[in-house]
Amino acid sequence: MDAGLLAQFVANGLMLGMMYALVAVGFTLFFGVLDIIKFSHGDVLTVGTFAGFSTYLGLQMLGAANPWLQVLAVLLVATGSMAILGALIAKFLVMPLKSAPPLNILLVTLMLGTVLRECVRLFFPDGANPKRFPRLLPDDAMALGSFNLRLDSVLLFLAGLAVIVAIHVLINRTKLGLAIRAVAQDEETAKTMGINFTLIVLVTFAVGSAAAAFAGVMNGLYYSEINFGMGLLLGVIGFSSAIVGGLGNIYGAILGGFLFAALQTVGAVALPFASAYKDVFAFGVVIAIMAWRPTGLIAEKTSERV
Amino acid sequence: MSAPLWPGALAVGLVTALAIAFMWAENEWEVVAVLVTAAVGAVVARRTGWLEPAARAFTEREPAMLRLGMLGSFVFVGFFHDDHFPLLMAGTVLVYFLVCLGLTIQFGYAGMVNFAAAAFLGVGCYTAAVLTAHTAIPHLLVLAIGGAVAALIGSILILPVLRTRGHYSAVVTIAFVLLFKTFLEVNDTLGGPQGLKLPSMQVLGWKFNQNFSVAGVEFSFYVSYVLVALTLVILAFAVTRRLERSWIGLSLDAVRLDETAAACFGVHIARWKIVAFTLGNFMAGVAGALYALMLGFIAPTNFTFGDSLIMVSIILLGGIGNPWGAALAAAIVVVLPEKLQLIQEYRFLLYAALVILVLLYRPGGLLPRRLRVYLPGWKPR
Repeated sequence: MDAGLLAQFVANGLMLGMMYALVAVGFTLFFGVLDIIKFSHGDVLTVGTFAGFSTYLGLQMLGAANPWLQVLAVLLVATGSMAILGALIAKFLVMPLKSAPPLNILLVTLMLGTVLRECVRLFFPDGANPKRFPRLLPDDAMALGSFNLRLDSVLLFLAGLAVIVAIHVLINRTKLGLAIRAVAQDEETAKTMGINFTLIVLVTFAVGSAAAAFAGVMNGLYYSEINFGMGLLLGVIGFSSAIVGGLGNIYGAILGGFLFAALQTVGAVALPFASAYKDVFAFGVVIAIMAWRPTGLIAEKTSERV
Repeated sequence: MSAPLWPGALAVGLVTALAIAFMWAENEWEVVAVLVTAAVGAVVARRTGWLEPAARAFTEREPAMLRLGMLGSFVFVGFFHDDHFPLLMAGTVLVYFLVCLGLTIQFGYAGMVNFAAAAFLGVGCYTAAVLTAHTAIPHLLVLAIGGAVAALIGSILILPVLRTRGHYSAVVTIAFVLLFKTFLEVNDTLGGPQGLKLPSMQVLGWKFNQNFSVAGVEFSFYVSYVLVALTLVILAFAVTRRLERSWIGLSLDAVRLDETAAACFGVHIARWKIVAFTLGNFMAGVAGALYALMLGFIAPTNFTFGDSLIMVSIILLGGIGNPWGAALAAAIVVVLPEKLQLIQEYRFLLYAALVILVLLYRPGGLLPRRLRVYLPGWKPR
């Protein structure tokens, strides 16, 4: 295979991996603090992307045409509004159901995802059709042989990396992160130590949802197209990544996200059958990994009380 | 002294009447009126305690209630004997109910999550399509083979499903249903995204895709399919209920409630999980084979993750582990969106909101499973 084409695939895979990792981090954070799976995460991503898209349209109408300003505003509005939405979902839907059977929570949040998705489809102007997302970042290309390295891809990747590093620092180096980890480890003890449990849960949901919105905007900028169903597959893949990596561990989520993208890339490039089978291959490997490591690659630390 | 039968009979009669009225209703306002009547009736019956004797009739006089349920279905079929659409709906409800009986065994008794029900339904469908197109195997046998193939393909998942639990188990089945649909879409020998066509079902020279008349009364060809579906559902229902009542059901309940404790008492966890998983997938496969023959056309879009979710939401809405609840919920979930043409754009939105509300305010589902009755007339406190 041509080296340039290979590099193209690798670059694409890294970009996908970054998006999956950002989504998976949300799943794993939510699981950490509340031991629940919030399946509407992918659709929160969709809503966030459309919020960002509306911001762009609004700025165009106001005549603020500076692309840097637009990118900044799109990101701020998307992540900010989704942080609020995430906290609201946590407060009014997830917290009341905290002690319900896991299956009920799974189904309720899945249905909430359907509600969000349908709302975008029905109430966004012409929401049923794909939208062209603007190329806001400079798309100067650098030709390396037959491989075109686009500046916007590099910027997007670096931004994604920055978000992941920021989340890492937040979790491991700040007092807030300490509280989140404490709640994740033991809710009761954290409460007796004076941690405001509800607040920490809401903040965690806000952070996770903002990360998803960021991934959504990244997806829009990279593929220049968004539609109301984009969050569904991204959500499922993010969930699988979080599980494959090991729930409750953000490194596991990141590992899982990049692993899934790698599997898709390998499935598309390196295997003898048609590249259309890449998802079949990736999900097949996921099943095999689950059979091999039943609690994820970085195993959850559990001990069973009898 | 066993419970009187008439409250149960009344309930079955009312539900049948409502179902007929609902399918009969032509314009939107009639549909809404029927729905409001049903909802108000249910709430009033609950508040006044009239539901209790009916529920007791269902648990204590089950064989008689089953016969009444069959009678209700026959009345429904007889009423719409020459009308295609209500009969197609009835057939679809029965197919979904059959799948949900399988899911009841998996989720309700053994406590195994399976989000791949649509995939196993699809395995049955595609098996039927391939077998009827290329072989001369009798079609009743094709139904059984469809189930067997689904159970066989399900056995690939047994190892990962046995080793994992909870959310991890969910991912295995979700990955499988996504894998299955993508595979169908890109595989040209199975028709790709266009899907496959099936010939008409034939049993002993009886062609199903023809209208027929008995004693001068015209019958829609769907009547034949509905009768086959009804027979299968009755068989599956009998198996499910007998399984639940037997010591196998007791073992499955033990496995679901506490694996560690069950293992300590010598219950072979892996064995019962395999039994439940395989039996459930077999039922889904049989349902799929019949569904494919009834529709005459199948495509990968019928077997998405979303369809699996609809099936799971049926058993959750009905009340997990209660086959009667699954029957009611299957009817509601399948027919309601089809009939609500006045809100057609908004129907998924409304449907999702409805499920959220039911789960928030009635987490056990519409008809929660009752306590096991170990002896006839035994009243647990």
